[in-house]
Amino acid sequence: MAIEHSSVDLSDAMILEPTALADWIITAPVIIPLIAGALLLMIRHETRFHAGIAIGALLLALLGHIGLLARVLETGPLTMTMGRWLPPFGISFTADVLGASMGLAATLSALVCALYSLTDIGARGRRYGFYGFLMLMMAGVNGAFITGDIFNLYVWFEVFLISSFGLLVLGSERRQLDGATKYAILNLLGTTLFLTATALLYGALGTLNMADIARVMPEVQDSIPAGTLATLFFFAFAMKAAAFPVNFWLPASYHTPRIAAAALFGGVLTKIGVYALLRTFGMLMPDQLTLLSTLIAWVAAATMIIGVMGALAQTDLRRILGFVVISGVGTMMAGLALGSVEGFSGAIFYAFHSILVMTALYLLAGVMNGLAGTYSLRTLSGLYTSHPLVAAFAFLLFLAVSGLPPASGLWPKVMLIRASIDGGAPWLAFAILLSSLLTMLALGRVFLLAVWRPAVEPSTAMVVSPGIGYAALLVLAVPIVWMGVYPEPFANVATKAAAGLTDTSAYIRSVFPEVVQ
Amino acid sequence: MQTLIFRTAAPYISSLMVLFSIFVTLRGHNEPGGGFIGGLIAASAAAVYGIAYGVPAVRKALYFHPMAIAGSGLMLSALSGVFSIFHGVPLMTGVWGSFGFLGATVDIATVVTFDLGVYLVVLGSFTSIALALEEREDG
Repeated sequence: MAIEHSSVDLSDAMILEPTALADWIITAPVIIPLIAGALLLMIRHETRFHAGIAIGALLLALLGHIGLLARVLETGPLTMTMGRWLPPFGISFTADVLGASMGLAATLSALVCALYSLTDIGARGRRYGFYGFLMLMMAGVNGAFITGDIFNLYVWFEVFLISSFGLLVLGSERRQLDGATKYAILNLLGTTLFLTATALLYGALGTLNMADIARVMPEVQDSIPAGTLATLFFFAFAMKAAAFPVNFWLPASYHTPRIAAAALFGGVLTKIGVYALLRTFGMLMPDQLTLLSTLIAWVAAATMIIGVMGALAQTDLRRILGFVVISGVGTMMAGLALGSVEGFSGAIFYAFHSILVMTALYLLAGVMNGLAGTYSLRTLSGLYTSHPLVAAFAFLLFLAVSGLPPASGLWPKVMLIRASIDGGAPWLAFAILLSSLLTMLALGRVFLLAVWRPAVEPSTAMVVSPGIGYAALLVLAVPIVWMGVYPEPFANVATKAAAGLTDTSAYIRSVFPEVVQ
Repeated sequence: MQTLIFRTAAPYISSLMVLFSIFVTLRGHNEPGGGFIGGLIAASAAAVYGIAYGVPAVRKALYFHPMAIAGSGLMLSALSGVFSIFHGVPLMTGVWGSFGFLGATVDIATVVTFDLGVYLVVLGSFTSIALALEEREDG
């Protein structure tokens, strides 16, 4: 150890009790994809091993997440601080119910996308490094969910952002480069704002550890420009989450990548913005959340309604889904704006639902394109007679995203509407209901045209066998229906996650065991 | 570039730069330097060589594909971070050991291997970018 080599006694600055092997589970969701990503980069030209390594690593990461979630549900937040340095100087990974559960949903979605990529990504995409980027992106995503340090959160944002650039331009088509440029510039702008806000926060508080911020914020918030900080963070994360009026980058880019990548983007990436909003406002700056709640509520309502209006106006299936993603972000932000445990739990439950359902919808679009050779609703038709199974999946997913039983969208929306009415914002409940109605119309139109309408012209496209697509959709359909018919376990996890945000004592104690609260 | 002076000097400059980059990397634990800046110097060496002799010569001199170098560096760094699992200390804790070599004791730590990993990541990725840009110009 470095201690013996140094003339200064460092033992006061270090964690001296040994780390239990079981605590290492917190690193598994990050380290496993990272090592797999490195391996895939090393053997970039041995493409036949790629998919197996990627799927295996994601399975392991998923198991790690399941173990981690079980652990934090049982014993509360778990912390590991890098390099033995005492927090707040050492960088902590702190998993709580919120981070672990959202990471679990995201990793499941990534696993299904990797499964689907077996039909979607050919040898060329593999040589280009699809699976390597996928692994590095998931390492970044899981790192963002698990880290307990706000600067480290920024670093993980960069990791998954840069990997997502790689996934976005896979194939280097002109259209993709166009989408990627918009995506890259606007997202880099968002991350720069995030960095600026983080620097300001550090200047004001002298700490970046989230538990430490949560601890000192109530004492010092009157003597620092806390409102400015909160607004900067809000703007940065709202941009990541694609909230109105900074949502324009999403529909401009999400229809261009391969469908396996688009599904992962649509399912996971915007939810990290929502997660960061919940984390910073719910846990670190609750008073500033109250300050901004009216603004956030209006932004949420506008995002919901304008997002889904965009979906009604489009004819390309993938662009429609891009707007539906935006509308869902608005619904989650409504829960944030309420500032209550009920609102947070509704938003978190909605995030689980949205991660899985949006991934499934993009994959469904991919299956439809594989069968009919087009994403355009002008010619996409006749799927009900030719492929009834596609029609069944489409029906289930459209119910889910509109918030109708028996699928997953119903209960989180019920929770959010009740929280809105209890929280004295019935107009927000009305906005959620209106956006659900419009979503139903937008996707009902898709169902009518693509599925029910008799084939307008005989398809000349090469039909891609939908077998793997069906398997991927089935894996996602199980939790989607489960959330719809037996929502208790999910609602419980969401409520616990929300309670962990508003009552920070367990989180703080996990990082600073000596603090008595 | 077709000037005789540059083409004659380039191999010497490049090899000196590579040597210097290793020195800077190893020095970096307690003094200015480290894997990142060392990797940048090494990537510049590859770039200088490439400007003088063209991209194929650099690819041949590197032997491994630059992205494979970056991948192995990432692997080395990640494994150095995880190595502390065997010592009951958190992730990324430096673990030290020593071995005798020609009568002297040499200390080695996962800190050094981590930095070497960073060196390889930076060398690989920046060389890869530089070569791609250079190739595009030729074609």
